Amino acid sequence: YATEAPFETKAFRLHNLEQGPATNTTLSRDDALLYYRQMHTVRRMETSAGNLYKEKIIRGFCHLYSGQEAVAVGIKAALRPHDDVITAYRAHGWSHLMGVNPLGVLAELTGRQSGCARGKGGSMHMYTNHFYGGNGIVGAQVPLGVGLALAAKYKGTDGVCVALYGDGAANQGQVFEVFNMAKLWDIPCIFVCENNGYGMGTSAARAAANTAYYTRGDVIPGIWIDGMDVLAVREAAKFAVDHCTSGKGPILLEAATYRYSGHSMSDPGTSYRTREEIQEVRQTRDPITSFKEKIITANLVSPEELKAIDTEIRSTVDEATKKAKAEKEIPLEELTADIYSLDLEKQIRNIDPFNPLPHKRIGEAVNFK
Amino acid sequence: KQMTVRDALNSALDEEMTRDERVFIIGEEVAQYDGAYKVTRGLWKKYGDKRVIDTPITEMGFTGIAVGAAMAGLRPVCEYMTFNFAMQAIDQIINSAGKTFYMSAGRVNVPIVFRGPNGAAAGVGAQHSQCYGAWYAHCPGLKVISPYNSEDCKGLLKAAIRDPDPVVFLENEILYGVQYPMSDQALSNDFVLPIGKAKIERPGKHITIVAHSRAVETSLQAANELSSKGIEAEVINLRSLRPLDINTITASVAKTNHLITVEQGWPSAGIGAEILARIMESEAFFHLDQPAIRLTGVDTPMPYTKSLEMAALPVPKDVVEMTKKLLKVK
Repeated sequence: YATEAPFETKAFRLHNLEQGPATNTTLSRDDALLYYRQMHTVRRMETSAGNLYKEKIIRGFCHLYSGQEAVAVGIKAALRPHDDVITAYRAHGWSHLMGVNPLGVLAELTGRQSGCARGKGGSMHMYTNHFYGGNGIVGAQVPLGVGLALAAKYKGTDGVCVALYGDGAANQGQVFEVFNMAKLWDIPCIFVCENNGYGMGTSAARAAANTAYYTRGDVIPGIWIDGMDVLAVREAAKFAVDHCTSGKGPILLEAATYRYSGHSMSDPGTSYRTREEIQEVRQTRDPITSFKEKIITANLVSPEELKAIDTEIRSTVDEATKKAKAEKEIPLEELTADIYSLDLEKQIRNIDPFNPLPHKRIGEAVNFK
Repeated sequence: KQMTVRDALNSALDEEMTRDERVFIIGEEVAQYDGAYKVTRGLWKKYGDKRVIDTPITEMGFTGIAVGAAMAGLRPVCEYMTFNFAMQAIDQIINSAGKTFYMSAGRVNVPIVFRGPNGAAAGVGAQHSQCYGAWYAHCPGLKVISPYNSEDCKGLLKAAIRDPDPVVFLENEILYGVQYPMSDQALSNDFVLPIGKAKIERPGKHITIVAHSRAVETSLQAANELSSKGIEAEVINLRSLRPLDINTITASVAKTNHLITVEQGWPSAGIGAEILARIMESEAFFHLDQPAIRLTGVDTPMPYTKSLEMAALPVPKDVVEMTKKLLKVK
């Protein structure tokens, strides 16, 4: 095998930037294996999640990330351990990449006790170290992300925060509010618009007067990225981290990507786009297939090796799925656990006033002290 | 020593900023302007740009930023010029600040204070004259404080800043300039009042009057007038709306057998409504000799018209008359 190989990415489009990320990059064999493994795990988990939903084991909402894996994996590759991430409700992939194992994700989806939020958060609300969800209100996570970045600057850690949102959320007023403040105060926030073409069932062009999302930060520099190419995303994300840590303030990345599933599992995803469109992306732009071909052709890995990884991931995810189905839900007493980190009322009112429930403290309350 | 509510709030902020590097103030006009109502006077000069941050007029955005900073372990004090404007940001207050600890199964607590003037001011019309006490007190995950005088404001704001959960702190613009006595204890740096405990402002045996914020003043004035007629009203200052100190109220009702609630907010699903419901559901119900009564703001948006505005909020006379009616005295 080659230990590393050079690659050329699609050209970036720049806004308010003299110079963008380099389009030629090098990929090591280790990183090739890592990115492949990460993207494949996310894909496999989502396939499993989709099945669990169809089996009616996952309830409520379930928004799959399949098709968009290169965005999360590429950005994660550029982050340091002390950087923060916050995203919207399409959060399963990010939760995993930030440190939650497949069981932690899948059991959260099935609402069981090994879920990373003990099954209390559900599909849209997963958390781990430096990962702040999993947020269910479209656009609301973006101000939170700027706040996380503000805290990094306040503490002087040189950390950045990646605040992700979709092309749908890009039209929310509060997103523009914090573009303004983030630039005004030069907050180290990397805004990432994951443009998958549709805000629920409304295509970008039907929702936005300007669909060049990377330009919509006004004075904030922006970069358009081929979000189906994990290496392009990685290069742009590295550039963005450098930009933020050098004190230049926020930057906006638009990753052009695609989601194969509907908006959520209740959406077949075919009334506002054609099956042919989805097929075409799968066949010509799939982030995993294209990456796989690239790294095999460059002799970084062999097909057999990848096949072995596929098998291993399949069995890990299948095992996790099995557990996530079979496990228990948390006990009833946790209905009234962790409403407050400092519970001033020891008893929580029940449905009737005569049988109050004790407030319990279970979680670690990371900001308690 | 006498101190205005404004100065009491200012000293609470000052002391807590000195005590804890993580405490910072963010909001409109909090820094260079010295606070729209001068609550933050002098703090920008003392602590600088990093810790006293002027924002553009963009409540939803800066509230979300403050909440995010709290998630990362800072202790933001998020000021609203008035709580009427916090309605622009209420999703961040309830959904982001109030629910994240529960959703994360106890992982990410959000230590933040949302503060500013609440309720009716004077002559500012419908959109600037509203009490949000009931709105926030409705939501599990939030703690809600509605202080009355200077001691309340100092001790409870300090408690709110130190509390590891999101606290909504509802001040009153009319009271900012009013002086109240401060005990020696209240003047000290470590004066902290417990959140969730009501205060008996005036002991009495004939009727219990429960109020919060400026309505405490109304109730105390009424109690003085009643006293001259031989009626001793017990006035309870709620201080906190969530948790609601129902035990202090029920103990008082067991003694006086009569209850009136007084508030400036609207009647429907209000604080008084909640108190009456809880009394109805408890043993205290059997101690009542008369139905418990709510005195509230009139169920209407606030008019600008001076005479109508005055008629829209409870005054001492309303409390006196209702007391006499319940006690069947002329």
